Amino acid sequence: MPNALEVEHLSVSIGRSSILRDLTFSVREGSSLAIIGPNGAGKTILFKALIGAIPCEGTVRWSAGTRIGYVPQKLDVERDLPITGLDFLGARAKVSHAPTEETRRVLALVELPMSAAAEPLGALAGGHFQRLLLAFALMGRPTVLLMDEPTAGVDEPGEAGLYAMIHRLQEEERLTLMLISHELSLVYRYATEVLCLSRWRTCFGPPIEILTPERLQEVYGSATRFHLHDGPGD
Amino acid sequence: MISDLLLPLAMAVAAGLVGCFAVMRRMTLASDALSHVALPGIGVALALHLNPVLGGLGALLLGTLLIWALEHKTGVPTEAVIGVVFSVALAVGSMLTSGEQLIEALFGAQRSLSRVETLLGLAAAVVVAVFVLRARNRLVIALVSPDLARTVGIDVPRLNLLYLLAFALTVALGLRYLGVLLMGSLVIIPAATAKYLARNLSAMLTISVAVAVLATVLGSVAGQLLHREAGPLSITIAGGFFLLSVVRRHARWGTGAA
Repeated sequence: MPNALEVEHLSVSIGRSSILRDLTFSVREGSSLAIIGPNGAGKTILFKALIGAIPCEGTVRWSAGTRIGYVPQKLDVERDLPITGLDFLGARAKVSHAPTEETRRVLALVELPMSAAAEPLGALAGGHFQRLLLAFALMGRPTVLLMDEPTAGVDEPGEAGLYAMIHRLQEEERLTLMLISHELSLVYRYATEVLCLSRWRTCFGPPIEILTPERLQEVYGSATRFHLHDGPGD
Repeated sequence: MISDLLLPLAMAVAAGLVGCFAVMRRMTLASDALSHVALPGIGVALALHLNPVLGGLGALLLGTLLIWALEHKTGVPTEAVIGVVFSVALAVGSMLTSGEQLIEALFGAQRSLSRVETLLGLAAAVVVAVFVLRARNRLVIALVSPDLARTVGIDVPRLNLLYLLAFALTVALGLRYLGVLLMGSLVIIPAATAKYLARNLSAMLTISVAVAVLATVLGSVAGQLLHREAGPLSITIAGGFFLLSVVRRHARWGTGAA
């Protein structure tokens, strides 16, 4: 299968501190790459470099015709900002000259009721807000979806539901998925590849090779284990 | 009377629209400070026997480019720099102007304008209003998340520059009528009022324009009745609307809610 993304010798510095050093990996079309690592390892910075929001050294090569959908880490939106979910999605549709039915389509895809989308952004519950950001990303009919901790601020049952939905969307919309996550059990279940970033070392490979107690201890610098969620697989 | 009110009304519409994004982007203090930078420009123009509004506009455009460059080209924290640069601008400006002219530059005055001045002013107000209405979708996305805006193909630095220029033009529009100190208030107060009352973007834009226009008209009428300058009265009335919106908000949400 061809690669959706090839990254070679990527380095990013912010001010004088070097955040990412000489990173090389690739992502196959239709696969799911999970990016894990301790806080401050540069996971979000990597995404920002990939979408071109910050300068970097090295090569970032997206395959021709790639459309990127980006779901940022939980945004800090003022509680009484008078912008509703529908304003936000409507703005996205207008900017990309999409038909107005597009809003309805993406809300149905992420299973967000119209009544919730009509609420101001700051008043949306964590799970609803993340679904709205996902709807925003899906509006551009992306081929690749970058998600930065999509379940931050979402309670545990909501989290599993959200991952199941992302997995379903990936199959239905034939997406290549890249996601930053701390939920190692869910990563184990859904990811086809894992990239782990840390100050000490970087590793890249299938979950079964990367998510071993020894590797995790190296990456996180302390004993880290995870348990597999019970219940039937999706 | 009607023709004298035409330009203030156009100015109020522009201020109401531009103000919404200044308030939502939390740049109320920066924008107030930016309006002060017009003063040295007015001083220089008066010394050279030029139209003071042109001098003010020139200084505002320079100030705008300075804020924008600080934000996008350097990593300098803008808050402190804006505070320092624009307080100094106010100090330098008050040295360059004096007496009656200084009072007029600071607080504005109601005087009849030439036909050319009125037409240029109206044209500027239309440019500002059309820009804000056309760019509102891009501005909304950029204020929620600049990173998301980039992934949608929005040139965020360029959009910010255009917005700041629209802001500067709006302040210049009000220099004659409201002066350097009060024009910032006509941009901020109606929008802050609208933010308290509105639940969505269209409501915010509509309420903000309505409050700015009402305050300007009522200030003008009150000025005629009381034989006072209309500008300070308009801002006081806008302040009254803001207080009412706070009261209404608390009545709706209860005192515990923000």
